[in-house]
Amino acid sequence: MNPRITFAVATRVLTQVRRDHRTAAMLLVLPCLLMTLLWWMFEESGAVFDRLGPGLLAMFPFIIMFLVTSVTTLRERSSGTLERLLAMPMGKLDFLVGYAIAFGVVAAVQSALAVALSVGLLDLDVQGPVWLLTVVAIADAVLGSALGLFVSAFATTEFQAVQFMPAFVVPQILLCGLFVPRDQMPTVLEKISDVLPLSYATDAMQTLTRTAATGDVWQDVLVVAAFAIAALGLGAATLRRRTP
Amino acid sequence: MMKNAVEVADLVVRRGGREVLRSIGFTIERGSVTGLLGPSGCGKSTLMRSLVGVQQLTSGTVKAFGEEAGAKALRSRIGYVTQAASVYDDLTVTENLNFFAKVLGVNKGEVAEAIDAVDLRSHADVVVGQLSGGQRSRASLAVALLGDPDLLVLDEPTVGLDPVLRRDLWELFHRIAARGAAVFVSSHVMDEADRCDRLMLMRDGVIIADDTPLRICEKTRTDDIESAFLALVEGAGDQS
Ligand SMILES: Nc1ncnc2c1ncn2[C@@H]1O[C@H](COP(=O)(O)OP(=O)(O)OP(=O)(O)O)[C@@H](O)[C@H]1O
Ligand SMILES: [Mg+2]
Repeated sequence: MNPRITFAVATRVLTQVRRDHRTAAMLLVLPCLLMTLLWWMFEESGAVFDRLGPGLLAMFPFIIMFLVTSVTTLRERSSGTLERLLAMPMGKLDFLVGYAIAFGVVAAVQSALAVALSVGLLDLDVQGPVWLLTVVAIADAVLGSALGLFVSAFATTEFQAVQFMPAFVVPQILLCGLFVPRDQMPTVLEKISDVLPLSYATDAMQTLTRTAATGDVWQDVLVVAAFAIAALGLGAATLRRRTP
Repeated sequence: MMKNAVEVADLVVRRGGREVLRSIGFTIERGSVTGLLGPSGCGKSTLMRSLVGVQQLTSGTVKAFGEEAGAKALRSRIGYVTQAASVYDDLTVTENLNFFAKVLGVNKGEVAEAIDAVDLRSHADVVVGQLSGGQRSRASLAVALLGDPDLLVLDEPTVGLDPVLRRDLWELFHRIAARGAAVFVSSHVMDEADRCDRLMLMRDGVIIADDTPLRICEKTRTDDIESAFLALVEGAGDQS
């Protein structure tokens, strides 16, 4: 890996995001709008918003980054720019980590806005430190990016890449403990949810709303980060310099 | 002593279950412009991909400057233009070049030079997505010029360009070769043949002629490369 190249990739991706106003707006405004929608739905019963809100704060960056990353990297594969980069002195990890950094930055801004809105205006009740909520969200976003990078290796068109979303993401949403607490699910499903990264992200968010103790939260963040690193590693392994 | 820029031996490549390159061998020296001509689908792009080390080989060897194609040490010495313009549509020409310059570790000053070389200065700050097809492929070509590569591998860089611009670019290729680099250019337009120092004619994954354009015409007793190509194809048909 070479920091100069990694950084070049990250800044280039950020320039592209900034250039595309519609995507930039979607990335930053959409989570806020959705949180507001959720708050409005449960206007009468603030307790439900307090229970679901944190889980959604974990989910948005994950889903959005998964989609954005799998489609952008696929575009990079099909446009020939990836082939050109791999013929240059570009390490595979430079490419992947560069992307992860760029989308991590986007996620930081995105979740800072969503968290500020939820806690400041929508009265989301958080016992733990608010900034830690943002840290969890960033870890989630990097995880989403890493998984998106990984699955884009298995798609040959953008259309296929989008199809991975229901396959990879929806089961995690269903099993992460937001709808049914994980310990109340059938044993098999509970075991499955134990190996899905989003479960840990949701756990972290829910712990933050319940208690001010942060030990468990950091443990969950570490698990999420480990999943992200593993996905990046797999992504690097599936990224081939020589193709058939 | 000077090593050959490119050495290919017994190269076989299968793609999608078909033998696309069939036992190809040749060398390219520095300081010349070599053209690779052949009909669509004959394997030109596959051969170029093999030279820059992004194509999976079935058997045989491809070396550049004495090292295995695609070796790390080679990657900053080879400029490669893919057939489709491989630049980012949502960045300006300058932004694209700045990015690739950083990847290559090349001085930013070279960016303006490369833009001038492909005559895009008037569009330097236009987003690539808003350029015409020919302008876009010139932007892609400019990227390959960064860092004074010792080997330029150009896959149909002049497609869709007007005659004046095409002449200018061929002059540029010769200037680059005169500096000591090896330039390898593919085309499927036969009338570009005369601009090459050396010409390789390819058909169905086999090189059917490899000489100066003039001598190819002499040997086949024809006046232009298109007729020479036809004569060679028909000659091969007679033998089999
Ligand atoms: N990605 C691929 N997978 C499988 N087969 C491929 C692939 N790309 C090309 N081929 C096959 O390899 C053969 C040679 O293709 P190649 O792109 O090298 O031709 P070419 O000479 O560059 O043609 P053109 O002048 O149209 O660019 C073709 O028959 C094509 O069907
Ligand atoms: Mg081709």
